[in-house]
Amino acid sequence: MSLTDTGTPDDLAGRRSSGDDRRRPGFTERLLAVRELSLLLALGALVLVTTLRNDRFLSGQSVKDLLLGCAILVILAVGQTLVIVTRNVDLSVGSILGLVAFCTGSLFLAAPGLPWPVALLLGVALGALCGAVNGGLIAVAKVPALVITLGTLYAFRGIDYYWAAGRQINAADMPRSFLRLGNQTVLGVPVLFLIAVVVVAVVGYYLRAYRGGRELYAIGSEPAAARLSGIPVGRRVFAVFVASGALAGLAGVLYAARFGTLDAAAGTGLELQVVAAAVVGGVAIFGGSGSAYGAALGAVLLTTIGSSLAVLRIDPFWQQAVVGALILAAIGLDRLLALRTAARLRGRSARGA
Amino acid sequence: MSPDSPGADRAPLLVLEGVTKSFGAVAALRGVHLALHPGEAHALVGENGAGKSTLVKILAGAHAPDAGRLALDGRPLELRGPADARAAGIAVIYQEPTLFPDLSVAENIFMGRQPLRGLRRIDTAAMNRDAARLFARLGVRIDPTRPARGLSIADQQLVEIAKALSFDARILVMDEPTAALSGVEVERLFGVARSLCERGAAVLFISHRFDEVFDLCQRITVLRDGAWVSTDRTSDLTVDAVVRRMVGRDVSSLYPKQDAPLRDTLLEVRGLGRAGVFSDVSFTVRGGEIVALAGLVGAGRSEVARAVFGVDRYDAGEVRVAGEPLPAGSPRRAIAAGLALVPEDRRQQGLVMELSVERNATLARRRALSRLGLLVGGAERVEAQRWTRRLQVKTSRLSAAVATLSGGNQQKVVLAKWLATEPRILIIDEPTRGIDVGTKAEVHRLLSQLANEGLAILMISSELPEVLGMADRVLVMHEGRMVRELSRAEADETSVMFAATGQGAAA
Repeated sequence: MSLTDTGTPDDLAGRRSSGDDRRRPGFTERLLAVRELSLLLALGALVLVTTLRNDRFLSGQSVKDLLLGCAILVILAVGQTLVIVTRNVDLSVGSILGLVAFCTGSLFLAAPGLPWPVALLLGVALGALCGAVNGGLIAVAKVPALVITLGTLYAFRGIDYYWAAGRQINAADMPRSFLRLGNQTVLGVPVLFLIAVVVVAVVGYYLRAYRGGRELYAIGSEPAAARLSGIPVGRRVFAVFVASGALAGLAGVLYAARFGTLDAAAGTGLELQVVAAAVVGGVAIFGGSGSAYGAALGAVLLTTIGSSLAVLRIDPFWQQAVVGALILAAIGLDRLLALRTAARLRGRSARGA
Repeated sequence: MSPDSPGADRAPLLVLEGVTKSFGAVAALRGVHLALHPGEAHALVGENGAGKSTLVKILAGAHAPDAGRLALDGRPLELRGPADARAAGIAVIYQEPTLFPDLSVAENIFMGRQPLRGLRRIDTAAMNRDAARLFARLGVRIDPTRPARGLSIADQQLVEIAKALSFDARILVMDEPTAALSGVEVERLFGVARSLCERGAAVLFISHRFDEVFDLCQRITVLRDGAWVSTDRTSDLTVDAVVRRMVGRDVSSLYPKQDAPLRDTLLEVRGLGRAGVFSDVSFTVRGGEIVALAGLVGAGRSEVARAVFGVDRYDAGEVRVAGEPLPAGSPRRAIAAGLALVPEDRRQQGLVMELSVERNATLARRRALSRLGLLVGGAERVEAQRWTRRLQVKTSRLSAAVATLSGGNQQKVVLAKWLATEPRILIIDEPTRGIDVGTKAEVHRLLSQLANEGLAILMISSELPEVLGMADRVLVMHEGRMVRELSRAEADETSVMFAATGQGAAA
């Protein structure tokens, strides 16, 4: 509190030089890089162990299934990252996915000749609309996003059930070209996965290199300071929910293309997997840090765990336990890193003072 | 710089006219006017609660004035938000730093204005370079790429200053920027402020440190109780004159404290200290006595009160109640020993806003009123009625939610809650902040009555008239230390204000 009257110029200079200048640049980047690296390492170890037990795990078909299986979760996790970075959460993504998927199927039922890109755009638009409902309610009601999106989780699902009224839509009801989107590969890589990669790259780069992206981190890091520095917090948070909804809409269309068989229950419970993927991927649940790349890796890791435990013939119960342990480990790691960083920074400024 | 600097006679850059702002029933600013001239540093001084920070928030675009006009270069200026203020070239350095802990120092400086390269991408290298250049200009070494988390308060303040510099502000507002800085850093900051002035910018400087005010500023404006008092050339003023204008009021008639017979010492605090917050605080309070703890905001007064009551821990010293040592860190033991603490922030610490008046009034006595662990409604009501009647709480019914009451009546409910525990020692933090004049007088009369009945009262107050009118003795804190003890006869506006601003030898 009162350095004021006691600090002589000399020990002041000592404090400064013992402080910050010795730290090499890119400290945060290195920390993040380490996080993504450790995810990759975990993923590699998992694949290695599973392959040693069963060499078909790395066969072309199995890898293709894996990539196909994680694409939708990756897209949702990236959308969730945008939201969590601003210190919010979107629990309605599973319901938006279900609603959009069923809507896409019904659309083809009503207009069989519809070109699939039109259906894709309509699906994204419907998702964005759902996201706008979330964002609008949060802005107007000034209630935490957790509560609002918990409400719309049930509301959107309810609309889905009302609309479906017990019906099921089958692959036969949808055009072949659309279904091919769900299974086609380019050079052995599923198109679905390529779409997910594009989404990750675009959002990840936006978050890192654009003013709008950095402002999302600022909002999550210290909302009051964000407001004082002139960031339109309300508008940005609204946009983030629209984006998350749009990505859930995209995921919904891709879900329809991949599975073909649709009922009102599609995507039930997916939202928790999505949040888990983001958290495991290093997106801090209190906002302000984490990357889309990390969240995507988290989604890939969770999907891989699922299929490798199946290959290793391990009880599904253990699969849940492993995912739970992983989340706790991720959060524990974050906390540990934060404490160590804080301790080191404190130590440096205390030494000279 | 001499007061007759070249900018002194140019037309004002920014003018405020008749600016008024109220929060609920409390008028924070009443018809304030202020003119900032290019090339000049202008000081804004006043007691705590005089309205300085509200004025800063209005200039920053964070509050909209209820009435009055702003003009920049003679043209009307409307600030709808902080972004507008920035666009108008107004930079504000707040008392409390407002940084993003997760982002790098350079990003904190340039948030929303990062240098760009192709495709509107952020040019990180250029941003770090610019930040380093700003720090070089300030003469400090802070790594622009490190996260803001973990910076010392002084370093955070320097980042704020770099931020304000970075957008070549035409008007720089500094709200007590020097509180956390050392002498050398203050000199550098003043160097930067002077060079900004030389380039035609205007500086508004808010500080309680008169040596700094007289060193930097060419004009001084005094605010009191939200109203404009005077604006003068610094060369025409003395520290004495400024202090007198800050406090000048007739106080003796407003706050009567009857002389009560002094009884035994009830509260004794010896050598109390908490690293970095306060140190070596000693005082006693006797039954029938009101002792005021005066000082500026941030001097550590509330922290001492919280430590005595056991909410916060302390590292050194001891607290005795009626001669018996009071164990540290246990509000429950403190209540049992007869202590009561009425906190400064009623909404957050004193009341459960959604619960009824009677529930709140009896909250601290739940145990005594319950039978077999169950609260009996009847007992609660009788108890609540007794105290709310004595305190004249104005409420339609006792079951009304506390949130529906006025500030003054909320304060009475908090008092009722603690008086219902029948304490021997009452610690009350800012007893009349944010309440209207009529209720103020009632609270004061009540405190005087309680002292008469033999209570020992420790009153923390930032309002000088209240301190001078109510207290039998005044203890003055400055930056975590007890700097002066004044008897009722010795205490006047000047002696308290001098001690509170750290100029203890005067008066």
